[in-house]
Amino acid sequence: MQKIIKSSIALLFIFIIGVFFVSLNKNPSYDTKNLTGKEIINIKLESFENNEFFTNKDFSDNKYTLINFWASWCAPCRIEHPNLMELSKEQNIKILGINFKDRKANALKFLEDLGNPYDYLVKDVNGKQSVNFGIYGIPESILLNNKFVVIKKFIGPLNMDDLENIKRIIRVL
Amino acid sequence: MLSNIGNFLLFINILLSFIIIYSSLNCLKSSNNLISKNIYRTSLLQSTFIIVCFFSLISAFIVSDFSLITVYQNSHSLKPLFYKISGTWGNHEGSLLLWVIILTIFSFLFLVFNKNHPKNYRVYTLVIQNLLILGFLFFILFNSNPFSVIKPFPKEGLGLNPILQDPALAIHPPLLYIGFVGSSIYFSAAMASLITNYSASGFAQSIKNWVLVSWVFQTLGILVGSIWAYYELGWGGFWFWDPVENASLLPWFAMTALLHSLLVLEKRNSLYFWTIILCLLTFTLSVTGTFLVRSGILNSVHTFANDPARGLYILIFLSLMILASIYFLFIKYKPSHDQINSNSKETFILINNWFMMFYLITVLLGTLYPIFTDALSDNKISVGPPFYNSVIIPIVVVFLLFMAIGPQTKWIKNKFTNLKYLLIMFSGALIINFAIAYFFRSLSLISNLIIISSIFLIISSFFDFFRKPRINLPRIISHLSFGFLIFFIGLNHNFSVEKDFNLKLGETKKIDNYNFYLQDLKLNQYSNYKAVVGKLQISNLATNEIRTLKPEIRIYNNPETLTYEASIQTNFFRDYYLTMSNIDRSEYYNIKFQEKPLMIWIWISVITLSFGGFLSLFRNAKNN
Repeated sequence: MQKIIKSSIALLFIFIIGVFFVSLNKNPSYDTKNLTGKEIINIKLESFENNEFFTNKDFSDNKYTLINFWASWCAPCRIEHPNLMELSKEQNIKILGINFKDRKANALKFLEDLGNPYDYLVKDVNGKQSVNFGIYGIPESILLNNKFVVIKKFIGPLNMDDLENIKRIIRVL
Repeated sequence: MLSNIGNFLLFINILLSFIIIYSSLNCLKSSNNLISKNIYRTSLLQSTFIIVCFFSLISAFIVSDFSLITVYQNSHSLKPLFYKISGTWGNHEGSLLLWVIILTIFSFLFLVFNKNHPKNYRVYTLVIQNLLILGFLFFILFNSNPFSVIKPFPKEGLGLNPILQDPALAIHPPLLYIGFVGSSIYFSAAMASLITNYSASGFAQSIKNWVLVSWVFQTLGILVGSIWAYYELGWGGFWFWDPVENASLLPWFAMTALLHSLLVLEKRNSLYFWTIILCLLTFTLSVTGTFLVRSGILNSVHTFANDPARGLYILIFLSLMILASIYFLFIKYKPSHDQINSNSKETFILINNWFMMFYLITVLLGTLYPIFTDALSDNKISVGPPFYNSVIIPIVVVFLLFMAIGPQTKWIKNKFTNLKYLLIMFSGALIINFAIAYFFRSLSLISNLIIISSIFLIISSFFDFFRKPRINLPRIISHLSFGFLIFFIGLNHNFSVEKDFNLKLGETKKIDNYNFYLQDLKLNQYSNYKAVVGKLQISNLATNEIRTLKPEIRIYNNPETLTYEASIQTNFFRDYYLTMSNIDRSEYYNIKFQEKPLMIWIWISVITLSFGGFLSLFRNAKNN
């Protein structure tokens, strides 16, 4: 019995050291650059208002869709919000807001105070859906074309340059 | 010039380590119980040289000798003198030199202060400690040399990261290093104890002060880091369960467990192997933490420049350490037949150890899990505060209850004669808790439990002052402080208020009971940065109190960086905490205001907690 315990302890340490060794040769920074150019299939998001779901079909008529991940507790989201309001005036784009790990009342208050730029509003209460989109912090935004291919990904609050950038892309049509 | 001196001294130190190891092994052959004077002298010389070596690096920083890569990368001629000096250990290479200094000085002091223990045990400790020193000296010399020269000499340095230009961060690394590098000495002692079979309570006596020293400094180091995070990172929190913070907490858990199990070993001569495991574990965890931080596997505020070769070296070193520990432990291990009564002080101390191990394993899992999933399945995940809070907090409640009862028990066999008092104290805790809940605001179930159990610990520790014929002052102070710490964290967490909004110059905004008025914005110029200073007037409509806070947005020049400085007003009841950030191409500023009750008491509790350890050290010194 003692032998078994001893060898399992030794094996455990060897395993840990092995994993450390493998990790050494990996790039530690989380990189979602590869996401650009990929198609996002099987979108299924729960509506903010009721229990219905949005799927790819609901967005297929849009020329461009900007998916924006936000929450009322996120200070940088407040900073980018005026830019989203500005973008919502554009013709060729619809904005899908994913409310990330938030309380409903707070989220509504946020939109009431700062305006609602979203054409669709969905919720991701435990943050699982957002993981599927490769999100690791908010705010983040993903620009999709009508074939659900990711054209660009924005990490952090959308600034004026990003806004101009998006406008340039969508006005080409 | 300084480069040559530094390299020369490093080289001499390697030589001295070899001499110490060689003469120590020779010394083992002699039959008398004396360690030769030469070993003392060489060891003293080694400590002196490494300190001189460190001072030559400090002087390179002071005179801004940019011919050294380390100085070039981490300093700037316009930097204030204080930060030039603290820049010495604010980087990978310099901090490793600090590592070696602590290893060396502890090695010398252990030799000097343990004269009444067997010669073989002391000599082996010295040999093992010198092997550790050698490992790090080679690492410095061949991989991370702070005295490497850059050619052609740059005229100006790149500057120290602005968020590191801070008094708290100047003292945070040295404190923490004394803590976790200090644990090396009882790693070496534990190995020596296994090799020489020195397992009596004498072993416990020889290391207990070293455990205390490292514990006190580790506690203070963690505290200073938290205070820094609180005012510098601008989120208003002080603990983020950041992997690197966890790396400093893991050895702390092991040290705290060790501190307690040593009592049993000293008084009752049992739990020997468990104590040895804790000794080995503490330093192993310290090196593991260093590996995780320095190899760049983890991403966090503490990230050092990424270098796999560096990581590989520490990993090899770590593996050898673990291998040697396991080898000696396994060949020397004998199943113990310790008779421990389930109702005795021993059991309660063991319970403390179980809790510490539980916390340790939880935090270790949370820290390593993302690394494992990434390495094994390419799946990137992050483990954050919700995991730690939901696993750790409920267990803290039970832990506090045991912590209150434990010290009341007796060695060998206990009888609960004071059950009545315990019940009275517990009812007292219940009443105070509900008074708090009633007068302020309702609390959640878990906060109620946390507050009840912490008050219970506070009351029972408080009464210990009067109870026994001979009181254990250090223990009472530390336990009392820990009770207060959890109590204040609980209240602070529950009654904090946070407001987040946008405001422009001259505008007033009313939110709940508060009126916010952005009165003024000023641009100030300083030697190494310029600052936009906001003047915000906050009036509390309920109490008619008006206060002015002045948050800053700083633009540092070398390297050019933007930082947000929180404005904090502290008093004994609460902290007012305000940060301001600019909004891209807009006249609005984002304001984050927080009212955090009893904040200063959290810091004070940790200071008194470590003061308990310090007092215990003082008492031990007096008894000797």
